[in-house]
Amino acid sequence: MSEVVNVDVKLGVNKFHVDEGHPHIILKDNPDMNEYRKLVNACPAGLYKLEDDGSIRFDSAGCLECGTCKFLCGETILEKWEYPRGTFGIEYRYG
Amino acid sequence: MSEESFDAIIVGAGLAGCVAAYVLAKEGADVLVIERGNYAGSKNMTGGRLYAHSLEKIIPGFAKEAPIERKVTKEKVTFLTDDTGVTLDYHNGRDQTAVEESYTLLRGDFDQWLMGKAEEVGAQFITGIRVEEILTQDGKVIGVKADGDELTAKSVILAEGVNPVLGEQLGMVKRVKSDAMAVGAKELIELPQKVIQDRFNLNDDEGCAWLFAGSPANGLMGGGFIYTNKSSVSLGIVCGLHDIGSSDKTVPQMLEDFKNHAMIKPLIEGGKLIEYSGHVVPEAGIHMVPKLVDDGVLITGDAAGFCLNIGYTVRGMDLAIASGEAAAKAVLAAREKNDFSAQGLSSYQTLLEDSFIMKDLKLYKELPKFMENPRIFNEYPKMVADIMQSMFTVDGTPSQPIRKTLMKHCKEVGYMNLIKDGIKGVTSI
Ligand SMILES: Cc1cc2nc3c(=O)[nH]c(=O)nc-3n(C[C@H](O)[C@H](O)[C@H](O)COP(=O)(O)OP(=O)(O)OC[C@H]3O[C@@H](n4cnc5c(N)ncnc54)[C@H](O)[C@@H]3O)c2cc1C
Ligand code: SF4
Repeated sequence: MSEVVNVDVKLGVNKFHVDEGHPHIILKDNPDMNEYRKLVNACPAGLYKLEDDGSIRFDSAGCLECGTCKFLCGETILEKWEYPRGTFGIEYRYG
Repeated sequence: MSEESFDAIIVGAGLAGCVAAYVLAKEGADVLVIERGNYAGSKNMTGGRLYAHSLEKIIPGFAKEAPIERKVTKEKVTFLTDDTGVTLDYHNGRDQTAVEESYTLLRGDFDQWLMGKAEEVGAQFITGIRVEEILTQDGKVIGVKADGDELTAKSVILAEGVNPVLGEQLGMVKRVKSDAMAVGAKELIELPQKVIQDRFNLNDDEGCAWLFAGSPANGLMGGGFIYTNKSSVSLGIVCGLHDIGSSDKTVPQMLEDFKNHAMIKPLIEGGKLIEYSGHVVPEAGIHMVPKLVDDGVLITGDAAGFCLNIGYTVRGMDLAIASGEAAAKAVLAAREKNDFSAQGLSSYQTLLEDSFIMKDLKLYKELPKFMENPRIFNEYPKMVADIMQSMFTVDGTPSQPIRKTLMKHCKEVGYMNLIKDGIKGVTSI
């Protein structure tokens, strides 16, 4: 119907305080790909990426802290899910 | 361990937390609110419509001073398919009491204002601190650990929102299955005030609440919404998670397609994206309500599952406010008796049972299951569109009686399905 969405552009207007070197979400080493694909679909920030060669790429900077990946895949994919430390992460100016 | 001991420490400065703090501090209790964001509201988003009743009872006339956006006077519901839209449009020009009114709002401003109100009556707030752990002693909650510091309190109110990490830690909240959750994604689109008023047919401070069933969630359970603010529009979708794996569209793509729908695009033409947000929505209603009270601790708001998803609209803010108030009253009662045990705090449960919160959650008990029915989000919007199409198309072929046209389209969905869903739908609301 319309063009392929570019989520990064949307995230670009948000205000983030990234906690460099302290990712608040860490994936397991060899995540179940069926579960991973659910997150590719569900993450509103589009952070769960599938590369053309089938490999996966995830970066928790840009996370909206929505909780979707934790509820959807919890233990099957995630080594760790916590909120960023105080003051860090997304800062909604409007909400 | 700190010497100080508060009557209550509240985790989270969302609506539930700020209201609990306000009610407690107003009665002279010693209250501390701890919020991980840099200000109240900085981590929070919502669709955009507050039903005023619960806050109106706590702070009468609040809408005159609070940073609300617009008063909702226009209601629209649209059944949307990829290329059609059938809309029910209601203008409410009647006088309403303050309790009956509803407003569009943005949480960044609104939560900060509410927190300010609680501070005015003596509540203490610390922001930018994440509570890491709830401290217990002999099975009783005695405080919190945040940033390495331990703070003690006679009671702790968990108002931590839809992802209750601490409630889970205590074993009070059981992790619900993902099919009890939906994800919401929203864009805030800036437009001149005049343009919004013209396009949505609004006077001055009037606002429009517009909900969409059907194609926005790509046939999955969910829908779209538009709320008009003063000089921006909140536009988003909510999509159930239970079938997201089989969707051929991602959530961000659903939102993008919704925005580009021929019916929506002209409304936001020329607008500028100023924020993109996402949040989980609790959807299981009464089925996910956790253990609400234990020794020294209470759970409120989204963390307690106090949210109603009535199909294409979500209502959680008035429940968060009323449950925050109830938790505060229970702590005040416990303070009178100096008994902060589960027994001492048990009036929380009674207050909730007697309020609209539990009554409404019970009323809509069967709704989450009913909503899982794919026909509701796929076939019915198409059916209404087909009926409209037949009614409004004149091409020179002899006209059919309307009754016949209606029956033809109903038959496509199946009479039995219609009857079954009709009965189920009616009994679940
Ligand atoms: C897309 C969408 C649309 C919606 N539309 C509507 C609508 O139109 N009308 C309506 O009434 N409701 C709507 N809702 C529901 C409504 O937004 C929620 O029910 C409401 O925000 C819940 O308020 P709360 O105070 O319980 O939690 P929140 O507002 O989520 O507040 C929780 C607070 O706790 C803080 N916190 C969490 N953990 C910690 C910690 N460890 N330490 C310190 N602080 C912590 C967070 O930073 C946050 O400030 C919608 C929800 C979504 C997602
Ligand atoms: S919490 Fe939400 S935004 Fe962050 S990675 Fe998970 S799904 Fe994406």
